[in-house]
Amino acid sequence: MSGKASATYLPNGLPIPVAEPDGLSAPYWAGLRQSRLLVQRCRYCQTWQFGPEWICHRCHAFDPDWTEVEPRGRIYSWERVWHPSHIALTQHGPYIAVLVELPHVGGVRMVGNLLGDPTQEVVIGADVEGVFEHHPDPPYSLLQWRVV
Amino acid sequence: MGPTDRTLRGRVAVVGIGETAYYRHGASPDAEFKLALKAILAACNDAGLDPRDIDGFASYSDDRSDASRLAAALGTRRLRAATMQWGGGGGGCCAAVANAAASIVAGLADCVVVFRSLAQGQYGRFGQTTGIDTISGEKAYLMPYGVLAPPQRFAMRVRRFMYEHGVRQEALRAIALASYHHAQANLRAVMHGKPLDPAKYDASRWIAEPFHLYDCCMENDGAAALVLVPEERANEFRHKPVYVLGAAVGSGYRTGAAPHNSPLYASASFETVASDLYRMASLGPSDVGVVQSYENFTGGVVMALAEHGFFKPEEANDFLTLENLIAPSGRLPLNTSGGNLAECYMHGFELVLEAVRQVRGASSNQAARSDVAMVIGGPMVTPVSNLLLGSGGTL
Repeated sequence: MSGKASATYLPNGLPIPVAEPDGLSAPYWAGLRQSRLLVQRCRYCQTWQFGPEWICHRCHAFDPDWTEVEPRGRIYSWERVWHPSHIALTQHGPYIAVLVELPHVGGVRMVGNLLGDPTQEVVIGADVEGVFEHHPDPPYSLLQWRVV
Repeated sequence: MGPTDRTLRGRVAVVGIGETAYYRHGASPDAEFKLALKAILAACNDAGLDPRDIDGFASYSDDRSDASRLAAALGTRRLRAATMQWGGGGGGCCAAVANAAASIVAGLADCVVVFRSLAQGQYGRFGQTTGIDTISGEKAYLMPYGVLAPPQRFAMRVRRFMYEHGVRQEALRAIALASYHHAQANLRAVMHGKPLDPAKYDASRWIAEPFHLYDCCMENDGAAALVLVPEERANEFRHKPVYVLGAAVGSGYRTGAAPHNSPLYASASFETVASDLYRMASLGPSDVGVVQSYENFTGGVVMALAEHGFFKPEEANDFLTLENLIAPSGRLPLNTSGGNLAECYMHGFELVLEAVRQVRGASSNQAARSDVAMVIGGPMVTPVSNLLLGSGGTL
């Protein structure tokens, strides 16, 4: 155990994200490891798509390309969580999850935590930027957000 | 046969209902499968029907009480229909009835039991997620951020709806108060004898804002069942038959786009399903006398009622008051058994049974208008489902 609890927004012990056995989301998680945000975009009709799927929902072309995008957006919704639904969160106190809309990526949305004071007032529509959160052992990365 | 002939309206009837005692999670002395058997036998007894005459089973949410095991355990003479509705949550509580009804109308079966058996104390609580090391698929984009159990998975949807339409916390509170009010007259209710008032609600802890403790359903052990037969047999049994007037299942365009990417996000998923239901039943919201609306969380009920046309989202604060929501004479008596919040979280199937009781005139909180009773299943998930039941006089 590293003991560096402050290096990540939430304590260790929550479920760790891994790609499905068929590998559908593997490029996304590998991208986060390299501090790059990858989102699917159809090379034929340019439709953005997140989460990933094997087909473009608009034109039905298979295997949409993974495209790097700038990790910025605006808060679409939020919640402040008080009740620990996992033993790792017992005694942790409140934390904030946000749903972030990425207008420059076709309006796709992503869930993350809002960094900073967990009791802060959250404003729907506020601009946020992404912060890559790297976990060393086992290695995986998350995408968090902070108000700009 | 033309398209207008393809309907469930008036074609099948509920002739028996039954449930076990309802328990707090972990408090059932009986195994989950035994609970299923008890509920089914109670429903058959209510109908005055030999359980060996059951020829089909229908359920939802991957119920563990398998149809073939039930048929073997009960010694039913033969099994002709066994349907499981895809999807989790209570979104299937009405769809299971629709699937059973469709089996009967199509001539596949003649006497179908629809049921849900659930012992969260034996198989794990929906509200706890400890014990998962790695996660893939939709939940991989949520759980590492502490969006783990249903309260966290649905709070942002409700928050967005409140933001878009100016809905206040008091609207959510009124739904909780109505359920608890009704539970005080219902001896089956787990929360019987435990009233709720506005001050107690306001002082209760947050689970995930905007949900207080009392905005969230319970976690319980129990089982509930009903028996469906074709309309030509409806009068062979003990009680006044309760007819299916309509049912609908599904969700709109890309509602299943995960994680949290459904185009119509601030929604309970009934945009298309509500209109399908009214069309099949040839009825509208003003014809409905009493509603049972699945409360995973009160905020989902607000959205579901609006999507069924009982009020516009902007009118939610005015419509959703305790006085308007209680039997016998509120504008729209809601969750008259106490429902998932205060009777029992029987995954919504207790709501279907309560709608039958309302049409029979046998509820402990009987609504003044109860010839047409609605059930709304599983807001905010996909697929969702809904159901309209009515007396013989409505056909």
